[in-house]
Amino acid sequence: MKKINIEEINRNIYNIKNKDEYDFKIKKGLTKEIVEEISKQKDDPEWMKELRLKALETYNKLELPTWGPDISELDMDEIATYVRPKTKLNNTWEDVPEDIKNTFDKLGIPEAEKRSLAGVGAQYDSEVVYHSMKEELMKQGVIYTDMESAVKKYPELVKQHFMKCVPINDHKFVALHAAVWSGGSFVYVPKGVKVDIPLQSYFRLNSPESGQFEHTLIIVDEGASLHFIEGCSAPKYNKVNLHAGCVELYVKENAYLRYSTIENWSKNMLNLNTKKAIVEKNAQVDWVTGSFGSKISMLYPMSILNGEGAKTEYTGISFAGEGQNLDNGFKVIHNNKNTSSVVNAKSISKNGGKCTYRSLVRINENAKNSKSIVSCDSLMLDDISMSDTIPVNDIRTDDVEFSHEAKIGKISDKAIFYLMSRGLSEEDAKAMIVRGFAYPISKELPVEYAVEMNNLINLELEGAIG
Amino acid sequence: MSKELLEIKDLYVNAGETEILKGINLKINKGEIHVIMGPNGSGKTTTANAILNNPIYHKENGSIILDGEDITNSKTDEIARKGVFMSFQLPEEIPGISVRNFLKYAKNKITGKPVKIFEFKDELKKYMEELNMNTKNMDRSLNVGFSGGEKKKNEILQMLILNPKLAILDETDSGLDVDAIKTVSKGIEMFKNKKNAVLIITHNTKILHSLKVDYVHVLINGKIVKTGGQDLAKKIEENGYAQYKY
Repeated sequence: MKKINIEEINRNIYNIKNKDEYDFKIKKGLTKEIVEEISKQKDDPEWMKELRLKALETYNKLELPTWGPDISELDMDEIATYVRPKTKLNNTWEDVPEDIKNTFDKLGIPEAEKRSLAGVGAQYDSEVVYHSMKEELMKQGVIYTDMESAVKKYPELVKQHFMKCVPINDHKFVALHAAVWSGGSFVYVPKGVKVDIPLQSYFRLNSPESGQFEHTLIIVDEGASLHFIEGCSAPKYNKVNLHAGCVELYVKENAYLRYSTIENWSKNMLNLNTKKAIVEKNAQVDWVTGSFGSKISMLYPMSILNGEGAKTEYTGISFAGEGQNLDNGFKVIHNNKNTSSVVNAKSISKNGGKCTYRSLVRINENAKNSKSIVSCDSLMLDDISMSDTIPVNDIRTDDVEFSHEAKIGKISDKAIFYLMSRGLSEEDAKAMIVRGFAYPISKELPVEYAVEMNNLINLELEGAIG
Repeated sequence: MSKELLEIKDLYVNAGETEILKGINLKINKGEIHVIMGPNGSGKTTTANAILNNPIYHKENGSIILDGEDITNSKTDEIARKGVFMSFQLPEEIPGISVRNFLKYAKNKITGKPVKIFEFKDELKKYMEELNMNTKNMDRSLNVGFSGGEKKKNEILQMLILNPKLAILDETDSGLDVDAIKTVSKGIEMFKNKKNAVLIITHNTKILHSLKVDYVHVLINGKIVKTGGQDLAKKIEENGYAQYKY
């Protein structure tokens, strides 16, 4: 067993601000000229430029969501949608400029690559600054590259799948994303290839009053398998930053994809991300999500179970502290027979933080003999925090097994006293109870991230007493 | 070194508006086993909780001295680290934290020293076997899904591992069958030495059939009304508490 030291953490690593230096920062706001300029800067092919402009039109037509957290403070006129760092895409860490490399060093990214990853991508502001993959995977035909390179090198594959799983008009921030997207990763795993160790992309937003709009497109072909990890963080600024990424996953027949996320954005971030997966016959997609940062998060990964016998599991945890409103959840559409979905969602709120679990389970008429098991569990650490569960269950056939179980509770004073009577301080006792509560989720994360999650729990609970 | 381990002086304790303890005096020396007996509602559990300064009880008056140090208003975890342990009547269930990891963590907090993983596991295994516990339980979540008997034995296991100066056993014998009570008694005998002490809190006398004790105190309505030796427990067994009511 790996030795896990849960005490040592430097809360400052996430908060290191580099100077806002860039090669190019587009002026704030969102206009046709700005979108055209981004397209020009990126040297888009014509179809992509058209897609961006069409998306902008769609953006202008769509309204803000009328439900969920209040995001009216977002003023697109104050957000720079494209910030190009002062470097090109590099294949070795040595070539990455010192200040950027230091940031990723402190986040442990190059270390993790050496130890336990098959490939790494690192994005800084709007562009991917580092990408690499183990050679044996390259030989097996696995593609792992930044999204811009993919557009140029694999135009057919990208064109076929880009904004097809998540349509441009899905909601306002998808349209925004499509108009100004930049960076992100493209992965293709060929038929039958099993990638045993994970690939990881890390997204870092350094520039203030800016947005990150990375696009992740993953295709796991028939009988192949992959574990993909994304990590995100940013230093804290006084004004809002925006993250409106988009993740599109295609899991072909008999394929398997596990998509793990540790989101630790700073607490001035609006995280309005969109993630969807199309799952074909006897294929499976598993989502593992830890959501700790952001001022507001609205994130509802969706699995579309199109193939017979397709499966999905969602394992997620949200942790909201003071001033945070995390509106997270999961959506699943059962579109074929013998499909199954399992949801295990947990949330923790403290110091007035708010967690909402918002979900959709739709089982269509043709999805006979399908099952869906949803369990969500909320823990509040004090009287001023909030927790809510808003499930929508739309079951259109009788031939299903469906259950939904929701529990909301407060941390027990008796349990705290019990642990304190064994020599644990009040903080230690609370942290232990919370870690235990989170354990069913953290055990699903890669070990480094499980450690990071425990560290974050300890961090979040520091000074929480009083 | 003084012989005296614990002294409770004129202790008055309230729970909310209700006065529960009305002037408790008690001295426990190193090497002794004491028993507090009394009917339901007499203040037994309150006494145990007051020693550990459970914040739901309020001390109106009096003091508690452990090994010459005033712990009346110390925090629960400090009192635990100074060497007081309590076996709970209803041990809490803590999901997601294994017995093994929990005890390793607690032992580190109590001793202030790093705990060696393999030595610790051996120690844990040895005690679990002595207490007729399934050693697989060390990797189960703390008390989650344990039977009443398993929970009580798990408390005794914790006592043995954490090795306090004073072990308070609150109704550890209640709800146990004869064999389990014998196991608990065995655990107490394993623990007991000249330097530590045990305070057993119980409403019945079953455990005293398999354990030799030094003092028996009768607690009625928040006061100790009688103190004697093991034979006092026998009298109570025969005649009940009615003789002490006033």
